[in-house]
Amino acid sequence: MRKVLLPALIIIAASLLVIRIFYLQIIDDSFKLKSENNAIKIKYDYPERGYIYDRNGKLMVANQASYDIMVIPKEVKEDINVLEFCQLLAITQEDYLKRMAKAKVYSPRLPSVFLAQLNKSEFAAFQEKIRKFEGFYFQKRSLRDYEVNYGANVFGFITQVSEKLVAKNPYYNSGDLIGRQGVEESYEDILRGIKGVTYIQKDKYNREIGSYKEGKYDTTAVQGEDIRLTIDSELQKYGEELMINKRGGIVAIEPKTGEILALVTAPSYDPAILVGRQRSKNYTLLYRDSIAKPLYDRGLLAEYPPGSPFKILTGLVGLQEGVINEQTTYMCHHGFSYAPGRFMKCHGFGPHQLHNGIYNSCNTYFANVYLRIIGKYRSSPYAVDVWSNHVKSFGLGQFMGYDLPIGKKGKVPTSKTYKKIYPDWRWSGKTIISNSIGQGEVLMTPIQLANMMATVANEGYYFTPHIIKKIEGQAIDKKFTTKHVTTIDRKYFPPMISGLFDVYNFGTASALRVEGIDICGKTGTAENFAKIDGVRTKLHDHSIFVAFAPKDNPKIAIAILVENGGFGAAIAGPIASLMIEKFLRKKITRTDLETRILNTSLQGQYAKLGGLSEAVKLELKIKDSILQSKIKKVAVVKIDSTQEN
Amino acid sequence: MKNQSITNNIDWTCVIIYILLVLLGWINIYSSSLSSMEGTSDKQLIFIILAIPLIFIVLYVDGKFYEKYATIIFGVALLSLLGLFAFGKTIAGQRCWYGIGSFTLQPSEFAKAATALALAKYLSDPQINLKDVNRQIQALAIVFLPVMLILPQPDPGSALIYSIFIIVLYREGLPAWYVWTGFITILLFVLTLVLQPQYVILIALAVIAIVHFKSRLGDRNLVMSGILLVVISGFVLSVNYVFTHVFKQHHRDRFNILLGKSVDMKGIGYNTNQSEIAIGSGGWFGKGFLEGTQTKGGFVPEQHTDYIFTTVGEEWGFLGSLFVIGLFVGLFLRVIYLAERQKTKFSRVYGYAVAGILFIHFFVNIAMVAGVFPTIGVPLPFFSYGGSGLWGFTILLFIFIKMDANKVNEW
Repeated sequence: MRKVLLPALIIIAASLLVIRIFYLQIIDDSFKLKSENNAIKIKYDYPERGYIYDRNGKLMVANQASYDIMVIPKEVKEDINVLEFCQLLAITQEDYLKRMAKAKVYSPRLPSVFLAQLNKSEFAAFQEKIRKFEGFYFQKRSLRDYEVNYGANVFGFITQVSEKLVAKNPYYNSGDLIGRQGVEESYEDILRGIKGVTYIQKDKYNREIGSYKEGKYDTTAVQGEDIRLTIDSELQKYGEELMINKRGGIVAIEPKTGEILALVTAPSYDPAILVGRQRSKNYTLLYRDSIAKPLYDRGLLAEYPPGSPFKILTGLVGLQEGVINEQTTYMCHHGFSYAPGRFMKCHGFGPHQLHNGIYNSCNTYFANVYLRIIGKYRSSPYAVDVWSNHVKSFGLGQFMGYDLPIGKKGKVPTSKTYKKIYPDWRWSGKTIISNSIGQGEVLMTPIQLANMMATVANEGYYFTPHIIKKIEGQAIDKKFTTKHVTTIDRKYFPPMISGLFDVYNFGTASALRVEGIDICGKTGTAENFAKIDGVRTKLHDHSIFVAFAPKDNPKIAIAILVENGGFGAAIAGPIASLMIEKFLRKKITRTDLETRILNTSLQGQYAKLGGLSEAVKLELKIKDSILQSKIKKVAVVKIDSTQEN
Repeated sequence: MKNQSITNNIDWTCVIIYILLVLLGWINIYSSSLSSMEGTSDKQLIFIILAIPLIFIVLYVDGKFYEKYATIIFGVALLSLLGLFAFGKTIAGQRCWYGIGSFTLQPSEFAKAATALALAKYLSDPQINLKDVNRQIQALAIVFLPVMLILPQPDPGSALIYSIFIIVLYREGLPAWYVWTGFITILLFVLTLVLQPQYVILIALAVIAIVHFKSRLGDRNLVMSGILLVVISGFVLSVNYVFTHVFKQHHRDRFNILLGKSVDMKGIGYNTNQSEIAIGSGGWFGKGFLEGTQTKGGFVPEQHTDYIFTTVGEEWGFLGSLFVIGLFVGLFLRVIYLAERQKTKFSRVYGYAVAGILFIHFFVNIAMVAGVFPTIGVPLPFFSYGGSGLWGFTILLFIFIKMDANKVNEW
């Protein structure tokens, strides 16, 4: 026995050591990370973001140098002159202590951002004295420099990457900047470039003692690519000006290509307010405004029943399905009774064919056409699906695949929709007759309306709307050059276009003619409701207008939505005609109309709903209130609230 | 004696393992001193080269010499330890070196071999029976003499090494209760630190009660059991008292680190923490020679000396560590095997002591580096940087190899 003790002890002890080392090296994998944190410093070299140009090569978004003040709390001496420090950086002592505490909580030994995004002049004074404040240093960064004060919704903004994304996408580290919304988000990969990485071996004093593995894993930064947008900066700017003191959206598309010429949402804000020291405060204010929603892109997101512009599709589907021809006539008696005790009002009177049906926007006519369409087949559900497919071929009821990161599908009802609504009822065309005039279950966004007009302008096809024109050294996505052909034969479009043209000659927009430009358009109105003090209240209608021009060889298709603007020809119509004139002629001949629209303020309407105070808006440079100098007198123009249908 | 080469009959297994360990040690010293301690590996290379003539001298000397002069060698070693108090050089608060020019010599490294020789010599007398209490005291006195001289240097690490002689003595007949007492003492010590002392006493009470009532009626001795309980309780309470009142904070912290109690990772916990990180980041295969980031950054203090094994762990991974541990265990078992084969009691006891001394260095060192033993200055034999250590262990091992080679000539 005595001989065994030492060998046994040796074997047991050695086994225990092996188990312990196995645990350290194989089972507990936290040490690898600790060792990397310990000994390897990763330095990033952030490339400059690519510039953003408009379709004509005008520079809209560039970069500026900015400075982050960094701190390593442990290295800050006790006896620094806090008072002087605070004065140089224009912060309060209280703020200083708060920021220091925050940095300490993050790590006393690692650098953290003390004060972010100082511009050159804010930084200059501090830079001279920085050596007096041990433990503080600065990090140069490149920030957006906006050459224009419009287009905020188009560009989006730059913000710190969220921790959620850091966990998901290995490219980003905590504190990195990333594009959010607009093209900054959709073309993030192209604009940001690729950051360079340098691994540096540190010693125990945190000194850098050379590159790690002779730079085997190091990479150099790749510059971000410049992009050119399809946006026409002049048109964009003009659209935003016209929308001052109104809420809504404008989408203009070049029919031949699907290029988005303007994408306006109102209210908007000066993109520069989301850069620099005030950015997070400003962002919070913008974000919190749940009524005016300056961050909500109405051109892409606002879903409404389209109203009268939808009659265009009703007419086209009627022709395609062969249930009407150009001569088919219906009598209108200020409306008609489509079922016992059910009457649809109309402002028209007399016999209507397709042509005057369109320019007079006759409800009776299109209701009858719709009844024919649904009545063509024995089964109403089948007929609804046939209609639904025709309508969808215009890009309705779907995300259209455009290159902006947000969107809404809109809605096109199918037989399934009605099976859900009327589970135990045999419904017919009469049940769902509101669809004929765009007041039923159909919902559309302004960009879908604009695309519908582009499709009509092209006589039956469209290209997926897109905002990218050119990426330096790279082709744009193929899907933007693929034709989408509708289910409607080309031959049915000319009569429709001729009707739309006469909207300006004899119809609902005859007051809005532009001498020398043949515009085809259609007015619309969308009813809307809001809960005010807990009561569902009907608000002033949304004013809608869709158009394209010129009639032959169209260059622009446009959709306008003005919230609570009333009758389609009251505000949306004039804006459309001004936009078209601006785009095609580069100058405005009807200055009195322009002045009237610029001076029109719907703030009185919106005041009922609440939202940001005027003082905050002024501070935020929200577009509701800027450019006041351009507006000679601010007065709420009386809106003609005659019902148009 | 026949005209034989001095390398005749030597145990090549031991020699090859020795050579491997020394070379691997040098490679790791090279790596760990490359960035921060230039010249360290060159010096170690000189130490290694100088070890070669030393080995030849040891092998050349007649096998009988060591047995004959064991007592004198022991006396010289004790004198050299004693001389430290007068002529020693103080490095980092420890007075354990003689300064000779730029080199320093640590006599305690050689004293281990001397003590082993002295103990072997004492036990080789066939008259000696360790059942005899007087003999026990004499044998233990041989062990305690150098310990008494080393402790005040202060060098608790070197002193701790001598505890292994208990196992050597046990092999030669020391009553088992010495060993058991040793184990139980260690167990109680650790338990007292982990648990509250009152719980340890309760556990002891329960164990004693069970043993008492399970044993045959005639063997029951209430008085003995009672005394045992009182002694244990006294020990536990005094451990607690010593730990909280006599120990300095840095002593307490060395234990607290191991017990997983929170300590300042930048202060006292730094060594153990960095050492665990270095080993732990090695993974299966390690980061590769000269690629250890912890090693390069110099995060582990004393990495070329006591913490040399962290370089093995980081750069050569689990497989490298396993290989090194395997070499050591192979050497220990080989030496024990050879010791048991010896014809004389003298060389058997000596061989046993060699295995024991090397083993306890190995165990304490790696356990400390792996974070399961308090921080204490014990080098890893053949691996750690240092001339005295290398030469001391070399002499220790090769004296035994010489004895083993000589055994055929003893007829």
